[in-house]
Amino acid sequence: MNENLIVSLKDIVVEFDGEKVLDGLSLDIHDKEFVTFLGPSGCGKTTTLRVIAGFITPKSGNVFFDGKDIADLPPYKRQVNTVFQKYALFPHLNVFENVAFALRLKKLPEEEIKSKVLRMLEIVGLKGYERRHVNQLSGGQQQRVAIARSLINQPRVLLLDEPLGALDLKLRKQMQLELKRLQRELNITFIYVTHDQEEALTMSDTVVVMNGGKIQQIGTPEDIYNEPCNPFVARFIGDSNIIDGVMLKDYLVSFGGSEFKCVDKGFKRDESVQVVIRPEDVEIVPPEQGALVGRVRDVIFKGVHFEMHVDMEGYEWIIHSTQASKPGELVGMNIGPDEIHIMSRSEV
Amino acid sequence: MLRSKTSRWAAAPYLVWMGVFIVVPLVIVIYYAMTNADGTFTLDNLAQIGRYSSVFARSLILAAEATVICLILAFPVGYTLSRLRANKQHIMLMLVMLPMWMNFLLRTYAWMTLLENNGLINRLFGLFGVGPFHMINTAGAVVLGMVYNYLPYMILPLYTAMTKIDDSIVEAAQDLGCNTGKILLRILIPLSGPGIATGITMVFVPSVSTFIISRMLGGGSNLLIGDLIELQFLGNSYNLNLGSAMSLVLMVIVLVLMSFTSSFDESEMEGVM
Repeated sequence: MNENLIVSLKDIVVEFDGEKVLDGLSLDIHDKEFVTFLGPSGCGKTTTLRVIAGFITPKSGNVFFDGKDIADLPPYKRQVNTVFQKYALFPHLNVFENVAFALRLKKLPEEEIKSKVLRMLEIVGLKGYERRHVNQLSGGQQQRVAIARSLINQPRVLLLDEPLGALDLKLRKQMQLELKRLQRELNITFIYVTHDQEEALTMSDTVVVMNGGKIQQIGTPEDIYNEPCNPFVARFIGDSNIIDGVMLKDYLVSFGGSEFKCVDKGFKRDESVQVVIRPEDVEIVPPEQGALVGRVRDVIFKGVHFEMHVDMEGYEWIIHSTQASKPGELVGMNIGPDEIHIMSRSEV
Repeated sequence: MLRSKTSRWAAAPYLVWMGVFIVVPLVIVIYYAMTNADGTFTLDNLAQIGRYSSVFARSLILAAEATVICLILAFPVGYTLSRLRANKQHIMLMLVMLPMWMNFLLRTYAWMTLLENNGLINRLFGLFGVGPFHMINTAGAVVLGMVYNYLPYMILPLYTAMTKIDDSIVEAAQDLGCNTGKILLRILIPLSGPGIATGITMVFVPSVSTFIISRMLGGGSNLLIGDLIELQFLGNSYNLNLGSAMSLVLMVIVLVLMSFTSSFDESEMEGVM
């Protein structure tokens, strides 16, 4: 995999007013991948993106692009383009001129500019909008102009800084799919910043979970969801139940007063661990058949499923089930070996 | 929101003011410009103005020079101000306006003593063995006076226009291939068009009609229209009719010039809208 690296960050440190925003961050990004930086606000994900774009010069560390150190290269000389959070369209130019901006700077012949811009507008679904003013467009249309404008230079890497944040849910879902399609068709690298875990899981080949200026975990969406490496990742990516447990031996863990078969091994005998169980992975059974028994606190209807909060020895479990139990009722819970994920405490 | 009927009444005090103190005096000026001392209609006053064309030309040129210098000085200041944090912006804006709180005459007098042949600046040069330079009573001193007095009127509208330019727009331009010079030409200047137009008007109009600055810093050799008009009303060559005709011509020239600026302003605004 190493030969097709496109962007490499090595020990990047960025400080604002003496506060470390990125703390020795290192990251390799492969060519033609859809990579998402995911994390809560203030975690450093946008800062990382801006370091790659060249808007921020790190205090220390190296940025490699295609094997070359580009730390001293100004943004306008980098083969990356950015789609900004608030679109940042040029208000004094119409749709055509916004998209043509980079080509005009290169002083390309008029004919070539025209054909390239029209083709790009067609790709993003804005054919026929050339003469419109950008302020006459809806949020979704402005976003498409911003994407077309940043793709016109045929960048090797497209950086997207929470580009769908201002759109309503339905439009956002539609644009997510379109961006994914666009990335596949153009066959270039997309680096996408979001705080929306669902968005990250939907679109990405690789998800980089960040917190406190550090990378918490890198992996495919499935890896991140099913095998979070620490409680932060487990909590940030979807709901989860994190319970203290003891690893009795390989493939056997004890928590909540019962023993469970699991698929994890390599821990010390009787090592204290944390157990992650996703809400949808708990099976509700009659109390006498359950490995664990708890009392239902409340039940919330969520559309596809019910969300139940079940109290068990002081810990409140979140359980997603298609069948509702009644509040106050005793229920039994069973958990299959595949659904149990063990995190060692050293990774906390 | 005021209802339209109420809001129409709210403007009434100003309309009365405007009628009494602007429209009526204007009519009087036009009346004097078109009559002679006996009150009979004549175009002689206007015809005589051709003799003073060199004064008109000097006024327009010096005012234009001052306006251009103000624009060049104020543009980077306005941009820098607009990028500061809000609390620093307030302090810096106050510093920009601080000289305006001091009396106009006093400020201009101060420049007289600074620029004199044995004034502070020449004495300072003397310490290094250069000079003295002849600075007072030159056209340059008049332009300096105009720039000094009217610079804030250029900075403020530019600053206001530039606060509306989001950082991300500048970054987007950089991202798409603009170096600093191209950002200025393709982004900052077009987007601050309305501010530029307002600033030009607010510096050029008072500059072209000033008489204090030219009298104090220009000596007798740099007579401007303002001085000429003043002479007709308060000076030895007392002639209300000629003075009114000069004012009228100056007003027309300024109106014509300003209509150029405002058409530029509007076409830029169209882009912004």
